[in-house]
Amino acid sequence: MMEPQRRQRILALTPRERLIEHWQRLDIRPDYRCVRGPEVGMAMVRGRMGGTGSAFNLGEMTLTRASVQLTDEAAAEAPLGHGWVKGRDPRHAELMALVDACAQRRCWQAAIEEGLVAPLARALDAERAEAARRAAATRVDFFTMVRGE
Amino acid sequence: MYVAVKGGEQAIANAHRWLADRRRGERETPELGVAQVEQQLRLAVSRVMAEASLYDPELAALAIKQASGDMVEAVFLLRAYRTTLPRLAETLPLDTSAMRIERRISATYKDIPGGQVLGPTYDYTHRLLDFLQLANAEVEAPAAAEEPLADCPQVLELLDAEGVIEREEDDGAEPYDITRDPPDFPVDRATRLQMLARGDEGYLLALGYSTQRGYGRNHPFAGEIRLGTVEVEIAVDEHESPICIGEIEISECQMINQFGGSRETAPQFTRGYGLAFGHNERKTMAMALVDRALRAEELGETASGPAQQAEFVLAHADSVEAAGFVSHLKLPHYVDFQSELELLRRLRREHAQRAEAAGPKTRSDDSSVPVTGADTDACHTTPSDPVKEQQA
Repeated sequence: MMEPQRRQRILALTPRERLIEHWQRLDIRPDYRCVRGPEVGMAMVRGRMGGTGSAFNLGEMTLTRASVQLTDEAAAEAPLGHGWVKGRDPRHAELMALVDACAQRRCWQAAIEEGLVAPLARALDAERAEAARRAAATRVDFFTMVRGE
Repeated sequence: MYVAVKGGEQAIANAHRWLADRRRGERETPELGVAQVEQQLRLAVSRVMAEASLYDPELAALAIKQASGDMVEAVFLLRAYRTTLPRLAETLPLDTSAMRIERRISATYKDIPGGQVLGPTYDYTHRLLDFLQLANAEVEAPAAAEEPLADCPQVLELLDAEGVIEREEDDGAEPYDITRDPPDFPVDRATRLQMLARGDEGYLLALGYSTQRGYGRNHPFAGEIRLGTVEVEIAVDEHESPICIGEIEISECQMINQFGGSRETAPQFTRGYGLAFGHNERKTMAMALVDRALRAEELGETASGPAQQAEFVLAHADSVEAAGFVSHLKLPHYVDFQSELELLRRLRREHAQRAEAAGPKTRSDDSSVPVTGADTDACHTTPSDPVKEQQA
C-alpha cells in the first residue's frame, strides 16, 4: 500500500482520542487553514450479491472529510493534506488532514511515521489480535461419539 | 369546498411536553444516556441502522432514545436525518471474505476451514429470564483463546470450486439506486436487494417463514452466516488507489437452495443472499430467503407464493412508507367523512323509499344492487397506485 493511503487507513481506524493523544506528544504545531470542510456527509455502501457477484447498494454511512493547507510559510505550494473518516467527527477528519499535510514536510516525516503511524498501527494490531482470540475461544471443538459393537 | 382548519397549537405544545416527561420517566431514576443505548442495546441499534439505511450507531441510539424505544419511529427519525446530508462518495463493494470474524457458522458442513465460530450469540441460551440482571450483577470479561482465529474462507466458495452451486460473478454494472430514482417495477436483483436491506425485519421474517411453510418452497440450507467488521474503501481524486475510511459491523447470510438447471446447464444449487448493517442475523436470514423467492422468474419457477410476487413484496417492505400511510388515517378526514355520510344517508333514504313502494314481501330484490361509497379520499382502495394520495 502506498504510504499516504496506509497512513490514511491507520488514522481512520484509530479512535480520535488516541490519535489526538499521540499527535500532541509529537509537538508539531504548524499554522494551517481549512480549504475544504470539515464536511459531514455520507457514502453509499455497496455490497456484492452472494459476496462475490455484481454490486448493489446496501445503504449509506456517515462520512466526514477535510482538507487543510499549511500556512506557516509564504510559498504558494504549501502542502495540502486530506482526511476522510467514517462518522461525524470534524476534529478527527481535520486532524487527519493536518497530519497528511505535515507528513509532506521532510523534517516531520520520520517523527510522524515512527511517533504516530507506527505505534497506532501496533495498537490496532494488538486490539485485532485480542478480538480474534476472543472469537477463537468460541470456536466449536466437535467430539465424535464412537458407539460400541 | 375545502375548509382550512387551524387550531390546537397549545394542545400540541402541551402534548409534546407531556411526551418528553413520559420519555424521561421518574426523575429519581437516572436518565438513559445515548452511549448506554449504543453499547447496551446494540441489536436495537443495528436494526434501526439497517432499516433506516444509514450506518451511524450514535445517531441510531439517539433515535431509539428519542422514540422511547419505538423502533419504527426511530427508523423514521434516522431516515429523515439522512436526507439532510450530502452524498460524498460511493464505496467499493464490501469484501465480506476479508471480514474480521466475530461469528461464523455453517449448517451445511461440520468441518470448515476456520471452524464453527459461535461469537456473541443468543443461540444456546436457555431463554429463561435472568433475574441477576435485575440486580445489575458484575459481568465477566470474555474468554480469549491462546491463538487468534485462523482465516475463515467463504463456505460457498468451497462448493463453487466443485461447480455444484451457481457462481456469483460481477457483471460490472452500476447498481440502480432507489434513493436517487424511485423503483420502477419489474426491478432487477440489485434493486431488490437494496429494498430488502432496508425492509422491515418482521415483515421479511414473516415472508421468509411463509416460503418455508410451502408458499413458494425453495428448501434452504444456511450455507454460511457471518458477523464481524469489514473495512470500507472509497475512491477519491486525491489518491490513485482506494482509501480506507474505517470499518463497519456487518451481518451476512448465504442460503443454499434447491436446484436450478436447464438442458444446457447441469443441475446446480441456487443462492439467496442477505446482508445488513450491524448485528442483524435474523434479518439477513429472512432477507436471503426472500431474495431467493423473488428470483423465481429468473430461475424459471412458477410464482405460486406471496413471497415470490416482487412488486407486492417490495412495495410494502419499507416500514417508513407503510407506517406513514397507515398513520395518515389519523389526520383530519372530516370533509371526506362528511361526504360519505351524506352519500350513505341518501342511499338509505332511497332504499327505504323502494322498500315502501314494493311492499313488505319483496325485499330480497334490493340485494342485487351493490352499494359502494364514493371515495373522495383519492385511491386507498386502488392497490395499483397507493401512493397517489400521499403525493396529493
